[in-house]
Amino acid sequence: MGIEATARAPKTALVRTTALSKRYVQGGGISRKTFVINALSDVDLDIAPGCLTALVGGSGSGKSTLARCLAMMEKPDAGEIWFEGKSILPGNLRELAHLRPKIQMVFQDSAGALNPRFSAAQIIAEPLEIQRRETGPRLRERACELMEEVGLSPDWANRRPLEFSGGQRQRLAIARAIALRPAFLILDESLSGLDLSTQAQILNLLLDLQAAHSLTYLLISHDLTLVGQVADSVVVMHQGRIVERGSRQQVLGNPQHAHTQGLVGSVRILESAFRTAQAGGRQ
Amino acid sequence: MQASSDLVPMGTSPLLGVRGLTVRYPAGGGQHVPSALHKIDLDIWPGEIVGILGESGAGKSTLASSILGLLPTGSNAEGSIFFQSQDSQCLDLLRLDESRWRAVRGSKIAMIFQEPGLCLNPVMRVGDQIAEVIRAHSNLEHAQRKQECEAMLREVGFSDVERVYKTYPHQLSGGQLHRVAIAQALVCRPDLVIADEPTRSLDVAAQAEILNVLRETHRKLGSVLIFITHNPALLAGFADRVVILYGGHIVEEGPVAQIFRRPLHPYTKGLLQLFPSSQQYASLSRGQLPVIPGSLTDADHLTPGCIFEPRCSARTTVCRSESPIEEIQHDHRVSCFHHGN
Repeated sequence: MGIEATARAPKTALVRTTALSKRYVQGGGISRKTFVINALSDVDLDIAPGCLTALVGGSGSGKSTLARCLAMMEKPDAGEIWFEGKSILPGNLRELAHLRPKIQMVFQDSAGALNPRFSAAQIIAEPLEIQRRETGPRLRERACELMEEVGLSPDWANRRPLEFSGGQRQRLAIARAIALRPAFLILDESLSGLDLSTQAQILNLLLDLQAAHSLTYLLISHDLTLVGQVADSVVVMHQGRIVERGSRQQVLGNPQHAHTQGLVGSVRILESAFRTAQAGGRQ
Repeated sequence: MQASSDLVPMGTSPLLGVRGLTVRYPAGGGQHVPSALHKIDLDIWPGEIVGILGESGAGKSTLASSILGLLPTGSNAEGSIFFQSQDSQCLDLLRLDESRWRAVRGSKIAMIFQEPGLCLNPVMRVGDQIAEVIRAHSNLEHAQRKQECEAMLREVGFSDVERVYKTYPHQLSGGQLHRVAIAQALVCRPDLVIADEPTRSLDVAAQAEILNVLRETHRKLGSVLIFITHNPALLAGFADRVVILYGGHIVEEGPVAQIFRRPLHPYTKGLLQLFPSSQQYASLSRGQLPVIPGSLTDADHLTPGCIFEPRCSARTTVCRSESPIEEIQHDHRVSCFHHGN
C-alpha cells in the first residue's frame, strides 16, 4: 500500500476494518458436499484509541474470527484492516513483524494458553526475549516487575501455571500480553471462566492498566452484564454481521436491533427478579 | 408426583441427608492438602429446588461428585450421605458398591453437566443417546423407548421432536444441546437431579431459556433439583433454598427470599453486591467495580479460626483464633461471630 492508501486511512480510529469477510469451507471429502460458513460478512469496524470496545454476540456469531483476523492469526478473504492509519493487509511478513508486538491477545482458557512446563517468570520473559527487549538478569527482573503490576507476588515467579488459581493465571496471561507495551489488547472471552468477584477484580486491573499505559481494548464476551459494567462502546454481532453499534448507553439502554433487544431484555428480567428478591418482595 | 412445588407441602423425611461429609483429595509428594469439603451437614427435601452458591474452589463440584459417587479414586470421604427414594430403602451413598450404583445413577439420581457439547457422543444421534439411558434402566421395547424419548424432548421445549431425534450434536446450537442434556438426565424420571453450572457458557437469552426449561420440568416431574452456580442472580425467583459454600464450609443456608433480603454472613453480603446494576448502562462514569478483596488460599484452611477471616471486612481477633459455631434460627443458619452486625 502506498501513500494514497495512507491518506485514505482514518485519523481517529486505532484499528479499522473495511468490508472484512471471511468464509470457512467445510467437508469436501470423497463425494461429500461442501458447506460454506460465512464467519464474517462485510464487517466495518472502528476502534477508537484509549477506549474499551466490547464485542458481543452468541456462539457462532463470528466474534472470535474477527478477533483472530485483527490479531493477524487469520487472513480474511476480502476487506482491509488498518492499524494506526496503515493498512496491514495484505502486508508482507517483515512489516507485520513490526506490528505484532503492538497487538496482543489474552485467551479464554488460561490453562491452555500458558506453557505448563514454564515458570511464571519464564512465561512473561519469553516475548521480551524473542523481541530482544531485555537480556540476561534484566529479563527476570522485568518479569517480576510485570507480575507486581498485575497484582501477583514476585515470590511466585518460580511457580508453574497450574499452581495458580484461574484468576491468577489470567493475571499472568495479562502480564505476558502487556510485557511488550502493546497499544491494542484483544481479550477473547478472557473473563468467561471466572467467578463474579474474580471477574470484577480482573476488570479493575484492566481499567488500571488502561489508565497507566493508555491501552485500547477489544473485549469479546457473550456476557452482557459483564460488558455493561465497563465498555465505552458496544458492538453486537449476529451471524457474521455487525447488527448494532454505539455507546454503552445507547446500545444497552435503548437497543434497536431485535437480537440486541432480546439480550438486553433477558438481562433486565434476570436483574429485576434479583432486585425484587433483595427488596423482599414476592417473586 | 406432585403438580406444583408451591402447592404441595414438603415431605416429612428428607430425600437426601448429608451428615458430616468431609472429602480430601490425594496429595502429591506428601504435601498437606486441605479438605475440599469440611463437615457438611445438609438436608434436601422432596419437591424443592436448592441452589448451591460459591466461587471456584468452594467445593460445589466436589459435593455433586460425592452425591453421585463420582469422586476420583484415592480421595477420602468421611461421613454419610443418606438417600431415601420413594420406592426403595434408605441407602448410604458413600458406602454403595459399584454394582448397586448402576441401578441408582441415571435412574434415581441424574446429573446435568457444564458442557453438554463434551458429554454427548458426536457420532451418535441425540435421540439414541437419550434412549440409551432408558435401555440401561428398564426393559422397554425399542418403540416404547423412542416414544418416551420424544415425549421428553417435547417436555424440554422442542416442537419438531421427530427431526431432533435424528440429529447429531453438531447440528444443534448451544442452547439446544443443553436441552438435550436435560432430556437425557430426566428421561428416567429421577428423584434427584444435579445441575452443575449448566448455563455458564451461554449468553443471557439462552441462559433464561434453560432456567425456564429446568423450572417447568421440575414442576411437571417433581424431581428435586440441586442447582450449582457462582451467580446469585440466577437463583432469584428460581430456587427455594440456597446453600452458600466457601472453602469447603457451609457459611450460610436458608430460603432464597430470606437470604437475599437479609444476608447475615459477610461473604454472602459481598456476593450479593457483585451483580451489576443496569443503571450503570445509563451513567457515563466508569468507576472501580465492587469486589470481595483477595482470594481463597490453601493457608486459609490451616488457621484455627474462621475460613473467611483473611478476606473478611468485619473480622475481629476472635475470628482468627476460633472457628465460629453454626447458629440456627428456624430454617436459616449461619456460621459467623458477627452476623448480627
